[in-house]
Amino acid sequence: MSAAEAPTAGAAGLGIRRPNATFSARFFRSELRLVFGRRRNQAGLAVLTAVPTFIAIAVKTTLSQPGQDAPDFFRSITDNGLFVALAALTIEMAFFLPLAVSVVAGDSVAGEANIGTLRYLLTVPVTRPRLLAVKYAGIVVGAFAATFVVTLVGMLLGLVLFGGGSMTLLSGTQIGFGAGLLRVLGAAAYLACGLSALGAVGLFASTLTEQPIGAMVATVLFSTTCYILDSIPQVSWLHPYLLTHHWLDFGDLLRDPIAWNNILAGLYLAAGYAIVFFAAAWSRFAGKDVTS
Amino acid sequence: MSDLAVRTRGLTKRFGSQTVVDAIDLEVPDGAVYGFLGPNGSGKTTTIRMLLGLVAPSAGEVELFGADIPARAAEVLPTVGSLVEGPAFHPYLSGRSNLQRLDAADRTADPATARTRVDAALDRVGLLAAAGKRYRAYSLGMRQRLAIAAALLTPKDLLVLDEPTNGLDPQGTREVRQLVGSLAGDGTTVLVSSHLLAEVDQMCSHLGVMHVGRLVAQGSAAELRGHGVAEATVETEQPGEAARVMRELGLTDVRTTRTGATGTIGVVAPEKVVAACVHAGVGVTGFRVGRPTLEDVFVSLTGEGFDVSG
Repeated sequence: MSAAEAPTAGAAGLGIRRPNATFSARFFRSELRLVFGRRRNQAGLAVLTAVPTFIAIAVKTTLSQPGQDAPDFFRSITDNGLFVALAALTIEMAFFLPLAVSVVAGDSVAGEANIGTLRYLLTVPVTRPRLLAVKYAGIVVGAFAATFVVTLVGMLLGLVLFGGGSMTLLSGTQIGFGAGLLRVLGAAAYLACGLSALGAVGLFASTLTEQPIGAMVATVLFSTTCYILDSIPQVSWLHPYLLTHHWLDFGDLLRDPIAWNNILAGLYLAAGYAIVFFAAAWSRFAGKDVTS
Repeated sequence: MSDLAVRTRGLTKRFGSQTVVDAIDLEVPDGAVYGFLGPNGSGKTTTIRMLLGLVAPSAGEVELFGADIPARAAEVLPTVGSLVEGPAFHPYLSGRSNLQRLDAADRTADPATARTRVDAALDRVGLLAAAGKRYRAYSLGMRQRLAIAAALLTPKDLLVLDEPTNGLDPQGTREVRQLVGSLAGDGTTVLVSSHLLAEVDQMCSHLGVMHVGRLVAQGSAAELRGHGVAEATVETEQPGEAARVMRELGLTDVRTTRTGATGTIGVVAPEKVVAACVHAGVGVTGFRVGRPTLEDVFVSLTGEGFDVSG
């Protein structure tokens, strides 16, 4: 192979074989095939697309427009099909998307431990930091995939049923279709970042147990508890630190000018959660006895 | 001193207040086929997990080919193939996909030759025809074969096989034995744990015996068998008489059973025992002299039957 490898191989004695110097994404690709090839996850993605589908059809088949008391995005659907995606994201962020991410994240390490493949990966060897990094990368890709599948299906159905054209923002301003499309995709990316942070919580939970279901439930409980605490005014001092606190502020991207305050706060919070919980997963997993 | 493929010093593992592995000094010479024996629950698997860096020792050190584990695991483990506590694969992936995943995880493997490597490993254990089937549809024997194939994806300097013939039929057991033999012939060091003595007896050059977390004996197979001395057994209807004659002849540790008498023969010529018995009017129906089987050695070391948990 490469010239750089020859001396390494020559120097290595009996029982020593050093990794190829070049970066390899093979294990990461294998992880993605594992996550996306799994029937359960494919079925989960299909279920996620049911929400935008249902919204689009329901709005289309009811005679009148959604009433003035309907949530923001619903009132705008008949004006611009792109709003189907935003309405679907609003609904799914409450439970379905966090659940989907919790399933993938909770399964990440605990699933391998449960069926015993963890010991064989570690003896290949995959170093423990690399295993966690690849597992988390898989979770992040999963979070983005889930969010964008909902968004794209919503936009597509919306455009077919209600048409596109220029978009009237929540602040009343009109922007062109291209700019509107970008803002919806931006909202989806923002939410995917929040979900990726939840994925780090799930990764940590997954290093605590050999039961993937347990880790999944713990992660769902975490996001649900955040929502509940966020709705209790007596603990308002806690609200700015709750992972879910800024999730539904993604609507701020649909204002003119964009209200960046909450969006940035949400991104910082997500980054903080991701770092803290990835570090927690690492400290937990680094020296853990693998007896599964 | 010859080079050691595996060396542990004072290796100890405690789980809570229980000491599962107690200060063992394992020495597996390079090129040996080392039979790691012990009843179920004697600490074999925990020791193997420590050798592979899966479990951190409570005390003591592990070296594979002179390199410290777990510190240098990343460069040593690629040359170590292992089978720990049975096969484990993703049930909904095919045998081939499972091997491809393990190959993809190996940073020392050349991606360009992955397909050849995986197919060669499958072929070696006779699974090529079933490679496309989902793992969940595999029989226990096929699963075990797949695990062996996984251990042999890349050339190995050391194979650590924990109960490799579990679940295999006699045919498969013989194949594993031949495989281990041919690998050892190529210079691969093999550490094979088992509670099946006959199996180990047939393939090992060295033995180590675990009992309740301790390594109670270790050495070459010949040395270990030498611990047991030859015994003469006279089969007769008159065990008491036979025993008396044998004691008079100078046999030691003579004991009677329902069907005869047995004693340590020492320097006494075996033919004299029969002659003396006949001369004394003892009807001899059978006579044999033998070294103890590995099982006898084992029982004398661990003081209990083989399948009893320690």
